[in-house]
Amino acid sequence: MADAHVTAVPVAHQFDDFEQQTNADTFGMWLFLATEVLFFGGLFCGYSLYRNLYFDAFTAGSHLLKVKYGAFYTVLLICSSLTMALGVRSAQLRRRTALTIYLILTWIMGFAFVYIKLRYEWYGDYLEGLAPAVNWAPSRESMEMINHFHAAVPHVALFFIFYFCMTGLHALHMIVGVGLLTTLLIFTRQGKVTGGNYNWVEIVGLYWHFVDIVWIFLFPLLYLIGGRYV
Amino acid sequence: MSEHVLPKKLYFAVFLSLIVLTAITTGVAFIDLGPFNTVVALVIAVIKASLVVLFFMHLKYQTGMTRVVIVAALLWLAVLIGITMSDVFTRHWTEHGKAWQRGSVILPDRSTGSTALRLPGRA
Repeated sequence: MADAHVTAVPVAHQFDDFEQQTNADTFGMWLFLATEVLFFGGLFCGYSLYRNLYFDAFTAGSHLLKVKYGAFYTVLLICSSLTMALGVRSAQLRRRTALTIYLILTWIMGFAFVYIKLRYEWYGDYLEGLAPAVNWAPSRESMEMINHFHAAVPHVALFFIFYFCMTGLHALHMIVGVGLLTTLLIFTRQGKVTGGNYNWVEIVGLYWHFVDIVWIFLFPLLYLIGGRYV
Repeated sequence: MSEHVLPKKLYFAVFLSLIVLTAITTGVAFIDLGPFNTVVALVIAVIKASLVVLFFMHLKYQTGMTRVVIVAALLWLAVLIGITMSDVFTRHWTEHGKAWQRGSVILPDRSTGSTALRLPGRA
């Protein structure tokens, strides 16, 4: 309790001091992220297995996705991770205005990610007949690509099931992240963050960066792997 | 740990590295490197993830217990993927395993595109 600002921070009764509370909160988020690694891990494991079994089909499926979308999302998420990290820094320095601006920027990029993914990419895949169980009717061009790799059509459908499940679970995490950012913005506006527990920003930041890391692996695995040259 | 305020320059340097690595990994995908396309893509992804964890997530200033949790998560992920792979891809090493493989995994039939389950003892 050496610093003046620390005394102003509410410390829950089970903790000795603010530092212990901060460490416990942060540790809790890391523990949650460890379970998230295994949550996504199941899908990554299934993906690796079937990619090895049906290698040609997964390569063909990858070629049917549009790299421009994947690359755009990656850049968007890296930008949002930067603004989130700068937001955490502003929270550490108790700069409320800067924090608000960084949180809003992160929010916009998070929302844009989900909106563009659902409205344009997924809807585009659906219209192209690349959505298994919903609208699975690959076009002539898609069939030419599938035949080029000598892939079996049902196995390409399996690739698309992995694509929708993995990006879907990721998009769900993005929606949760945008919700957390909204809460954080309300708290910041009420002065509960810069005048109180700034560590909330750090914790939401950890979650946000984790979701970014998941995409860092999804991008090459779904859009690039095996090469895009034909 | 939150008292360690990192300079803005560092965040921008990490950001730039991530963008450059994204450009490299996207560019390399259009060059034919054979099996090394996969290797390069994954190595770059691991480097990018490490940058995010080290600098954006402040791994340096986390407690020792947090580091144990991170190592544990990666270890269990390795167990999950490693044991699944070593199971499925070594089944054909024995006769017993081959029969098990035929009955359990839908193998591609290139001639017809059929994925009908091919059980042992059936044509």
